[in-house]
Amino acid sequence: MRDTLHFRLGSEDRILRDVDPTMTVLEYLRGPERLCGTKEGCAEGDCGACTVVLVDRQGRHQAVNACVLFVPALDGRQLLTVEHLAAADGTLHPVQQAMVDRHGSQCGFCTPGFVMSLFALRTEAKPDRAAVNEALAGNLCRCTGYRPIVDAALAVCTGEVTQAPVTLPVAEGTLSLGHGGKRSFSPRSADELSQVLLDHPDAVIVAGGTDVGLWVTKQHRSLPVTVSLDAVSDMAGVEEREGVIRIGAGATYQEALPLLERHYPDFGAMIRRIGSRQIRNRGTIGGNIANASPIGDTPPALLALDASVVLRLGEVRRSVKLDDFFTGYRRTLLQPGEFIERIDVPVPEPGEMFRCYKVSKRFDQDISAVCAAFRLRLDDGRVRDIRIGFGGMAATPVRARSVEAALIDRPWTEATVQMAQAVMDGALSPLSDMRASAGYRRTVARNLLLKCFLETGQEGAVSRLVPA
Amino acid sequence: MNAIAPVGVSVPHDSAPKHVSGQALYIDDMPEPAGLLHAYLGLSPHAHAVIKSIDLSAVLAVPGVAAVMTAKDVPGVNDVGPAFMGDPIFADRLVEYHGQSIFVVAATSMALAREAAAKAVIEYEILPAVLTIDEALAAQTFVLPTQVMQRGDADSALAASPLRLDGRIDVGGQEHFYLEGQVAMAIPGEDGDMLVHSSTQHPTEVQHLVARALKLSDHSVVCETRRMGGGFGGKESQASLIAVAAALLAQKTGRPVKHRLDRDDDMILTGKRHHCRIDYDVGFDRDGRIRGITFMQAIGCGYSPDLSGAIADRAMFHADNAYYLDHVRIVSYRCKTNTVSNTAFRGFGGPQGMMGIEHVVDEIARYLRIDPLTVRKRNFYGKRDRNVTPYHMTVEDNVISEVVAELERDAGYAARRKEVAAFNTEHPWVKRGLALTPVKFGISFTLTHMNQAGALVHVYTDGSVALNHGGTEMGQGLYLKVAQIVAAEFGIALDRVKITATTTAKVPNTSPTAASSGTDLNGKAAQVAARAIRQRMAGVAAIAFGVPASAVVFAGGRVSGGGKDMSFGEAAKLAHRARVSLSSTGYYSTPKIHYDSTVHQGRPFYYFAYGAALSEVEVDTLTGEYRLRRVDILHDAGQSLNPAIDLGQVEGGFVQGMGWLTTEELWWDDKGHLRTHAPSTYKIPACGDVPAAFNVSLFKAGRNKEDVVYRSKAVGEPPLMLGIAVFQALRDAVAACGDGWTVPRFDAPATAERVLMAIETLRAGIAVPRAQAAD
Repeated sequence: MRDTLHFRLGSEDRILRDVDPTMTVLEYLRGPERLCGTKEGCAEGDCGACTVVLVDRQGRHQAVNACVLFVPALDGRQLLTVEHLAAADGTLHPVQQAMVDRHGSQCGFCTPGFVMSLFALRTEAKPDRAAVNEALAGNLCRCTGYRPIVDAALAVCTGEVTQAPVTLPVAEGTLSLGHGGKRSFSPRSADELSQVLLDHPDAVIVAGGTDVGLWVTKQHRSLPVTVSLDAVSDMAGVEEREGVIRIGAGATYQEALPLLERHYPDFGAMIRRIGSRQIRNRGTIGGNIANASPIGDTPPALLALDASVVLRLGEVRRSVKLDDFFTGYRRTLLQPGEFIERIDVPVPEPGEMFRCYKVSKRFDQDISAVCAAFRLRLDDGRVRDIRIGFGGMAATPVRARSVEAALIDRPWTEATVQMAQAVMDGALSPLSDMRASAGYRRTVARNLLLKCFLETGQEGAVSRLVPA
Repeated sequence: MNAIAPVGVSVPHDSAPKHVSGQALYIDDMPEPAGLLHAYLGLSPHAHAVIKSIDLSAVLAVPGVAAVMTAKDVPGVNDVGPAFMGDPIFADRLVEYHGQSIFVVAATSMALAREAAAKAVIEYEILPAVLTIDEALAAQTFVLPTQVMQRGDADSALAASPLRLDGRIDVGGQEHFYLEGQVAMAIPGEDGDMLVHSSTQHPTEVQHLVARALKLSDHSVVCETRRMGGGFGGKESQASLIAVAAALLAQKTGRPVKHRLDRDDDMILTGKRHHCRIDYDVGFDRDGRIRGITFMQAIGCGYSPDLSGAIADRAMFHADNAYYLDHVRIVSYRCKTNTVSNTAFRGFGGPQGMMGIEHVVDEIARYLRIDPLTVRKRNFYGKRDRNVTPYHMTVEDNVISEVVAELERDAGYAARRKEVAAFNTEHPWVKRGLALTPVKFGISFTLTHMNQAGALVHVYTDGSVALNHGGTEMGQGLYLKVAQIVAAEFGIALDRVKITATTTAKVPNTSPTAASSGTDLNGKAAQVAARAIRQRMAGVAAIAFGVPASAVVFAGGRVSGGGKDMSFGEAAKLAHRARVSLSSTGYYSTPKIHYDSTVHQGRPFYYFAYGAALSEVEVDTLTGEYRLRRVDILHDAGQSLNPAIDLGQVEGGFVQGMGWLTTEELWWDDKGHLRTHAPSTYKIPACGDVPAAFNVSLFKAGRNKEDVVYRSKAVGEPPLMLGIAVFQALRDAVAACGDGWTVPRFDAPATAERVLMAIETLRAGIAVPRAQAAD
């Protein structure tokens, strides 16, 4: 095993040893490097003041939150911060100059994060306003009201910057960092991962770390052994094979998005609202399932779509329906040493319809109060088949089986919906908290069934807001 | 930036190139002095309790911990109350809110200090807590005495009014969410002196409170503030605790100490915008004109007075907004609750006052089934009559009718009102709403003596200029505007004026940068200083040119007269050789203002700033979610010193006001714990909440009637209240789910939940509880 971390910081290669593997990249930058342009605004990946860009060998530029990124993720990559953009003679980078020219900074504290998000966005296709919103949803500004920043984005992101492969420091062998009683592993394959987990069944898996990062930065927990999925190359893929979308548990939201969106546009639209671009560049659907939060955004849709997870313990694999995977509040079927290797999502059958809805206080980058997903097939105006998944309505993501049963074989009409809404009231038991009251959650859940009906059973009904 | 940059030009923020390249230094970015310690506060886990015992031995025993301090270790006064006492640095016997500081730890890292702080053993006897305004009113617990402002005879007018309505609206508070959390660094010097770098809007107060707590004279403490990563009022009084705790530890250990709050602690232990309850009783005629009105404003102050007296006063001052209230009485309760002490926030009580009257006017319009804009206009202040405020000040600069008329025309109000109605007829599940609301906001500190400022200007013999004044830079562009003013006085390029950090060592006894007054006060003071030097230089140049001093012109970087000229630098050298001082202080105090707070009468404001906003929203009636489709704003910044900077204030203020009234919900549990203490749970507007159709203009006819620098107007706070248009548009959209007029009461913030519950009430056909008009 290799105990040295190899990466490039700006244009300089770095080799680190004896570093705390749960030190965040933000701590590293502001601490030993004294590169203080990258700011801490929240330490939970919600404000974007810490946004930096990771570049991989293909030249992909990914904006990420340095505040919840553990340093092993830097291995074999280039890390770019706001200090690295200007030319050696001090000439500002075009995105920096655009921000100056458009009056895009006031207090300036969020500005480095915006600059880095724009720097990454500039390597993509020319964005429209919606794409700018999507790219900047994870950068909060309290001063400007965003208008000048959007103007800068539209002016400077012209789609003309192409990404070329880059030569990065060679980082061969499996990385394992150790420091002060903590150790991390970055296995290179699923086989290696399964062995590490057999050896360390208590290890915490870091599958992106957009939730686990907060255990350290917010709950101030010490994680003695962590295992990163960053280098597990055979769990990063997303492919369609024999009518199934196979999502490696290490695939990020951003990587899973295109294929899911092609088959299920509503699912795609919802994924675009999970966290922010910075979070989706790191966070994984596997992690979203494994942490078993009752308000995770993908499980309701995956439940409705009858997804399965492939679990692996050593050499033993088992495929489990997601229906059966959640066993209680933040509890799952996973045994010590076992991990999710893959998520299987069936592609739609002919005539199948899918709708999913996320309701939250803020449209972008918020945690849902209620999430609902519906997969249904009609036959001659009757409900032939329906599966309903809910988030935020119980201790785990749940299927509304009694509601499904009440709908099957009934005519798909408003009267049927009303009857099913009454069933729903008895079937779900949401909580009241800072996101929503139980009463609101119940009302919304009822109304979302109606909305699904309007969208699938009534020609031309307008039931969605038009983005402004 | 070599061109001459006079005032009135859109020069970019002076720090913009540093902001975008990460070179702008905030306190946490400054080079760390050797031996630096990091401070961490130990906080109360209870909202109300008696401290039975404190045992910090386990904290002190952690390797790396250098010191701990509690109330008994404070050499001077254990209090950082800004206007009144009552804000202990460390709670002594009693804790009065969840998150109140009890002790502080200094250790070699912040993580270590936090870890050590968790080892404190403190015993409490838990007491019942008063958590809400209603509970405080019932228990009659107040932080300050109740105040009454009145003009005319409201009771008789109400009794004689043809129509009458009463009701209530509750308005939530707001977290500042400055992106840079509270931070300070204290560096001990010789003779026990203390240098404090503080992210504060009020360096003088930090200086004074550090001196008081450390038992030093004011002259032994220097507070310096180069820039803040946002302030919004949250760093006016409440930066002091952070700075004082650092200075106490620095004094005790003899080592430099940095004290930075992480986001959660910052949100838990520092105050917010005051939430409030407003009850009203209004009498009006069939045209919707108000005949008489009473307001009960119950302001949620939290556990201590802080600045709540002046904030609640300003809520009374703006209970009228832009409307003439013929017979009026406003009773203001300053409620004490076992929650964090609420504080200044952009608008300083004004927004709460305006929410009350905007609600009333909207209710009158809906009762009468008249377009709310029509009723608003009928109640506007007049120019020659109907122009006296509830505090007996005559409004002399009223332009609200002009501003609203221009916006109404340019934004196409009438046509869009029809379009919205047509859309709503055709769409059962998605509804649109429209509202145009005005803003009239009084400019000056209402505490008259605070309306003063000082500046210090040096001209060096190479013609470069150093500028210092009492105002602080929190992103609003104050430093730039004042530099523009000074450059214009000397006729030199803007880059010849060096902007220097605010420090109590250069300009003493300053007022906070607050009340939108930064440019008005400091711009004038700097202008006075620059003029004094210019006059002296002109006298010297006049001799060289052989012309009278009045004929010497400063322009284009040159000093000229009588057909001769020299560079500004040469003129400075000449003055130096002639033994003429090239340094001057400048001082300014606002004229005309006076106020008798015992009867709430006088002229608290030098002038008013005006604006108006038209918002259009679309509501999903099945979930209560909504989008702002379009907003049009016309705002009066007088003759703008820097239109780009002012536009930024208007846009940013509007969005912040919208956030306050829509998605920003502070949520306390039944134990008095704030559960929305990070951006994961507290939702300020994001990029996508702002519509592409965001049309903002400055009022071209705007010109300050008073002698404010270059006839500009203050612009920091007034635009925040333009956000009320969004709340009113949401009411309009909700009404469209029923008979088009009736709106069940829903409070602010109008979360999707509140909007949906109001719609459900209408759809269920539940009678909306409202008082009947006494016809």
